[in-house]
Amino acid sequence: MREVLNGNEAAAIAARLARVQVVPAYPITPQTVVVEKLADFIADGELDAEYIRVESEHSAMSACIGAAATGVRAFTATSSQGLMLMSEMLFVASGLRLPVVMTNANRSVSAPLSIWCDQQDSISVRDSGWIQLYCENNQEILDTVLQSFIIAERTLLPVMVCYDGYILSHTAEPVDVPQQNEVDNFIPPYSYPYSLDPDKPTTVGAVGIPAHYTEFRYMLHEALMDSKKVIAEVGKEFGKRFGREYGLLERYGSDDADVIIVTMGSLGNALKDVIDQRRRRGKKIGMVRLRSFRPFPGEELVEAVGNAKAIAVMEKDISLGSSGGLFLDVATSLSSANLKIPAIDFICGLAGRDITPADIDSVIDETEAAAKSGKVGKPLRWLGLKDVEVEE
Amino acid sequence: MTEKKKLKLGAVITEPGSTEKYETGGWRSQRPVIDVEKCKLCGQCWMYCPDVAIIKGKPYKIDYKYCKGCGICAHECPFKAIKMVEEKK
Ligand code: SF4
Ligand code: SF4
Repeated sequence: MREVLNGNEAAAIAARLARVQVVPAYPITPQTVVVEKLADFIADGELDAEYIRVESEHSAMSACIGAAATGVRAFTATSSQGLMLMSEMLFVASGLRLPVVMTNANRSVSAPLSIWCDQQDSISVRDSGWIQLYCENNQEILDTVLQSFIIAERTLLPVMVCYDGYILSHTAEPVDVPQQNEVDNFIPPYSYPYSLDPDKPTTVGAVGIPAHYTEFRYMLHEALMDSKKVIAEVGKEFGKRFGREYGLLERYGSDDADVIIVTMGSLGNALKDVIDQRRRRGKKIGMVRLRSFRPFPGEELVEAVGNAKAIAVMEKDISLGSSGGLFLDVATSLSSANLKIPAIDFICGLAGRDITPADIDSVIDETEAAAKSGKVGKPLRWLGLKDVEVEE
Repeated sequence: MTEKKKLKLGAVITEPGSTEKYETGGWRSQRPVIDVEKCKLCGQCWMYCPDVAIIKGKPYKIDYKYCKGCGICAHECPFKAIKMVEEKK
């Protein structure tokens, strides 16, 4: 059934359809509506789950870990400072191989304090061993949350579904909501091989001595790399049942493009419009939107951008003191494949600053110039940066 | 040759009480030695040892398989009956 939903509502409905059993919840802008909605569902008897009002996000993730280890499906949602506060427990969830699913409404990180959208929060925890999937629109949020439970439980890895705060979390659009029985047929019941059980005592969270720790990190890394297959597989299965197929990345006009923009999240939507306009005027511009950031689909990206004359990365984050987080991975993928394509990193849309069609035009123009000359110049550029002067 | 190792996902341990197999005596740089002449069998060291490495009896003994050499027993003994001596490799 088609409903008009904002991104937060789409996330909450997906969690309900997946029959989550424990929801440890702590509100934070802009995700709050997710946990509010789930509280409504439980209070109204539409969802049979335990709702735990925790005192912080650190506790929210701790409770998810405990719940998942006892053999029930756990879900929570967060944003920004909340994600920062729970970061210690993110590493624990993945290290223990617990298939927790969480949505993150992307928001910038303090200071300065900002509640608006960028992707600094989730990019900052990219090394935590979580699968990270980024959504372009509200339909994709609902669909991705549904898929995430299968991905998490098949791989025994936690999954973070990221979507842009406000731009998606608070903007309503038509979303096709599947029937409960369709979802029941798609998502099998939760299973975890080492569920805590008094009859079969287990130790969860043991010490990893120097003789073993490296091997556990290696196993976790390999599991993440292998999860690429599962993400693609589940995206296909979803397509067969619900008519919307998903992969590790989305290619838009990239097959014959001279200039390709690589990005993540809702910006993909705006880029498609600008690309359509340019292509109508005979310009070969394309886009590759990464849906999976962790695991990073390096080979798939290289295949998609390999024939471009120049690449622009547009990203809403900065790994301070280096370059954009996405750019680092793009550059590594290109160099691993021995590809010498000029690539420019555009830092944009921080703290909800609008990315206008004119901004996108300038990205395309600057990247076309690099394609023509074969020279990059400054590889890191701040889109629309004002001329700042330190005030005494 | 690469060492082979079987490890459970998430470092989960499914065999209860397996900590016993993990001998921590190798961590020791100093070893406690009981002077049986001075020891009054009072049990203070036994009570304080964080590794349950003091074996009660006549005389008291130290389980060097697990004693980490922290020195708490020597510090707590009211009769100064325990000395910490350098561990020789
Ligand atoms: S040195 Fe420490 S570990 Fe060893 S017997 Fe004494 S108290 Fe126990
Ligand atoms: S504390 Fe000292 S006197 Fe008491 S039992 Fe231990 S070694 Fe002997």
